[in-house]
Amino acid sequence: MINENLVNNVVAEPYKYGFVTDIETEKISKGLDEGVIRLISQKKEEPKYLLDFRLNAFKKWQKMQEPDWANLGYKKIDYQDIIYYSAPKQKEKVSSLDEVDPKLLETFDKLGIPLTEQKRLTNVAVDAVFDSVSIATTYKEQLAEHGVIFCSISEAVKEHPELIEKYLGSVVPASDNYFAALNSAVFSDGSFVYIPKDVKCPMDLSSYFRINSGDSGQFERTLIIAEESSSVSYLEGCTAPMFDTNTLHAAVVELIALDNASIKYSTVQNWYAGNENGVGGIFNFVTKRGKCLGKKSKISWSQVETGSAITWKYPSCLLIGEESVGEFYSVALTNNLQKADTGTKMIHIGAKTKSTIVSKGISAGQSNNSYRGLVKMGSKANGSRNYSQCDSMLIGDQASANTFPYINSQQPNSEVEHEASTCRISEDQLFYLQSRGIEFEEAVSMMVSGFCRDVFNQLPMEFAAEADKLLALKLEGSVG
Amino acid sequence: MQVKMKGKEPLLEISNLYASTENLTILKGVDITVKPGEIHAIMGRNGCGKSTLSKIIAGHPSYKINQGQIKFNGTNIESLEPEERAQSGIFLGFQYPIEIPGVSNLEFLRVATNARRKFLKKDELDTFEFEDLVKEKLELVKMDSAFLERSINQGFSGGEKKRNEILQMALLEPQIAILDETDSGLDIDALRIVASGIKKIANQETGTILITHYQRLLEEIKPNFVHVMANGQIIKTGGSELALELEKYGYEWTDEMNKNI
Repeated sequence: MINENLVNNVVAEPYKYGFVTDIETEKISKGLDEGVIRLISQKKEEPKYLLDFRLNAFKKWQKMQEPDWANLGYKKIDYQDIIYYSAPKQKEKVSSLDEVDPKLLETFDKLGIPLTEQKRLTNVAVDAVFDSVSIATTYKEQLAEHGVIFCSISEAVKEHPELIEKYLGSVVPASDNYFAALNSAVFSDGSFVYIPKDVKCPMDLSSYFRINSGDSGQFERTLIIAEESSSVSYLEGCTAPMFDTNTLHAAVVELIALDNASIKYSTVQNWYAGNENGVGGIFNFVTKRGKCLGKKSKISWSQVETGSAITWKYPSCLLIGEESVGEFYSVALTNNLQKADTGTKMIHIGAKTKSTIVSKGISAGQSNNSYRGLVKMGSKANGSRNYSQCDSMLIGDQASANTFPYINSQQPNSEVEHEASTCRISEDQLFYLQSRGIEFEEAVSMMVSGFCRDVFNQLPMEFAAEADKLLALKLEGSVG
Repeated sequence: MQVKMKGKEPLLEISNLYASTENLTILKGVDITVKPGEIHAIMGRNGCGKSTLSKIIAGHPSYKINQGQIKFNGTNIESLEPEERAQSGIFLGFQYPIEIPGVSNLEFLRVATNARRKFLKKDELDTFEFEDLVKEKLELVKMDSAFLERSINQGFSGGEKKRNEILQMALLEPQIAILDETDSGLDIDALRIVASGIKKIANQETGTILITHYQRLLEEIKPNFVHVMANGQIIKTGGSELALELEKYGYEWTDEMNKNI
């Protein structure tokens, strides 16, 4: 028998980002009705088309049922007990970083995302979102020289209405699902990216989402458009303080890739996961979808999901353009009482489309980790191919893992391949590493990183190192 | 190194060792003393307790010491974790080396080597320094550097796994090496390579225990002592000629001895 206590100690680690920034905020009252939506829209000085978009979504949401098919099981969410808009108080219009509240800059400093010119990351442009608003976006001017637009979605609504009107909701319609409808009604901020034709984005773009207040939800919205023959790599990180209540996070991300364009979207999700008894933590309900509209376009999702009490997330690809490519690489680590139901949907519509799914689930403690994926071959997806590989690793004997693959093919001339495996870190493997002088903790962490290697290889380099460290941290603790 | 050569203090001293797993007693009073420069062979049938003895010395968590003790450099090691034993210079060559998917052999060897070096208060090696060292050691076992890029033992043939064990031994430079059936599953060429590797690593300051069924490894590496094990005990100890007798008369001969105890 592996010493269970030892393993449990190893996988329990204190959350490093659990601090709260003490800052004056402007919050609206709890609850949700049409008035609240009008208020949000008014605060953001939105044009009428967007208010209509929100109200229409709200109407649809009211008629929808919260889904219960996921393998999650959680306390019912009281949607009237949530604040739908919360923003740190600051000057009306912040024209430069010098005018941003130092407390906010300090917060992002502490999170390892310095924003000021002297300290900011050299090869990554960052959009920093704090509760409901975007605080700052770095390298905007430099990117603009290449025609790249990188700004908060609120700003894009004002500055680039034609793009917003054309593409917002074009991949994830408001009526898509319960949480997407909610987001469409109340979304506050998020990032907007536009890469013009023939431009290879000169640096990685990144958004960092920080939830600070305990009683307000975060509903961000991200929209990325890659024109013909352009490419971009986009990274997303998230953390939240430790509260003993659950905070709702319902985001929508839409990607659009035109002919020969490629979008790589990487996430490291480290929302607060609740304590070892399952108290507190973020409820993470996210709809992420990419549309490969153009010929030979490519959308690649990679995600490292380590946080949140509940994760409900299926980054998907609609493969419409001929020979377009969709990819999904995922590592999901759950511990204690965390629950994750995550996977992808690859919808093959065009001919000769190709998709790859590699999912690695690691469950420790009493957690439950499910992969749920759909591969659909439409009637016109002649000569299309999918390869799926879903591996689960169990640590200890109280964790569970499930795989729910759905395959739906209407095209006889297409190929779908699915492989799945489950393994447990065996006592013999641990003993082998230990008998070479490698500490128990390091042995566990080496094996977990080894298990995830196929996915880590897909992450941008800085991100891969961070993800590896994050998993090691999650698996760190006091041994012996 | 802490090796003191005065009067050749024993490296490993196993006395009256009783051990069990899942309430089944496997070792029933084993005594062995290994001094620096000595090579011991332990022979015996399957299930006689040879492998158990090696795992207990290395600290496998499935086995429990019920009586007696194991001293390494004069200290009882019962309370030490397997990694502490390894760092201090105990090496176990596995009969069935374990496959660990996804973990690169090179990275594994480097982390292990540095753990040992740290214990010896030597500087830890960075990736480049380590590559130089490992290339030199690969020569010893005639392994191709392509092995380093693969996952630990994954997809290795039986012979490749065993050579990888000896490579680890060469890197860790243990004070005492227990090699559990390192010869099994090797063809004659591989056996010679492995044996010559072991001989090059062993020296006047180290002790070696070879656990084997067959005489053929002992033709390559001549032991100072041969112990015959049966039913959890050492029933006979002699010089290298004992192995020849075993080869000649077979284990039935030792069964007779066992009955007489």
